Amino acid sequence: MPPEEAVAVLEERIAILSDSDVVRARQVGRSLAASIGFSQTDQALIATAISELARNIVLYARLGEVVVDALRDGSRRGMLVVARDEGPGIQDVERALEAGFSTSGGLGLGLPGVRRLMDDMKVESKRGRGTTITARKWLR
Amino acid sequence: MEVPILKQGPYLIASIQSALNDADLRFLRDNLVERVGKMRARGVIVDVTALDVMDSYASRTLRDIAHMTRLRGAETVIVGIQPEVAFAMVQLGLTLEGVATALDLEEGLEFLTRKARAAARETAERAS
Repeated sequence: MPPEEAVAVLEERIAILSDSDVVRARQVGRSLAASIGFSQTDQALIATAISELARNIVLYARLGEVVVDALRDGSRRGMLVVARDEGPGIQDVERALEAGFSTSGGLGLGLPGVRRLMDDMKVESKRGRGTTITARKWLR
Repeated sequence: MEVPILKQGPYLIASIQSALNDADLRFLRDNLVERVGKMRARGVIVDVTALDVMDSYASRTLRDIAHMTRLRGAETVIVGIQPEVAFAMVQLGLTLEGVATALDLEEGLEFLTRKARAAARETAERAS
């Protein structure tokens, strides 16, 4: 990933403890996306991605946090979404990124779907230690 | 956040007013499935115009509502999916397959009325 500078003043942290926090996280994320200047459509994509990531925390790790922040890379502006938990971790990250794979009997569209909603996504996971998913979207 | 459910003729109309968490969605599902029987409804309209996000859980719950109410004898139509919400849903692979959708409340009522007429015609033809 190219170097970028997070504009720390816009950073928001949302603790994820229950499904109500999923709604709160996407609302906070959406208003940050709006203030960065993302279109209505991109705001919806970002909010939906946050919703999926936050729900994964509730489903698999029970608690964690979502951090959203504005990004600046030269003249480029964007948004950073980090979903972090200390849950069981993802056993096989490669497989979890394949379309159609899910361990919760869901739609099997979790992470590949989120990757399509954002510009890029990085998954770091250690078994028994937790998962950190970092996703970015740039203003066009 | 409870979703108000109105009865209009043989139809139930659930108008979602604001963002719903998972528990709210499950409550809406159970409430609608129960009321279809209690009110002897033939159709259900779920108006999602106010929703700015439809994630996998919301999408799955709406699909469940449609399938469950159909098993109870009522057609469900989802109305008011906003353009940017539709875009995000398609990116996520959420197509609500097998679920009737319409542009807005008016179109949704029209859809249910057409369905009811077609069903009545079929019954009449079988009787003759």
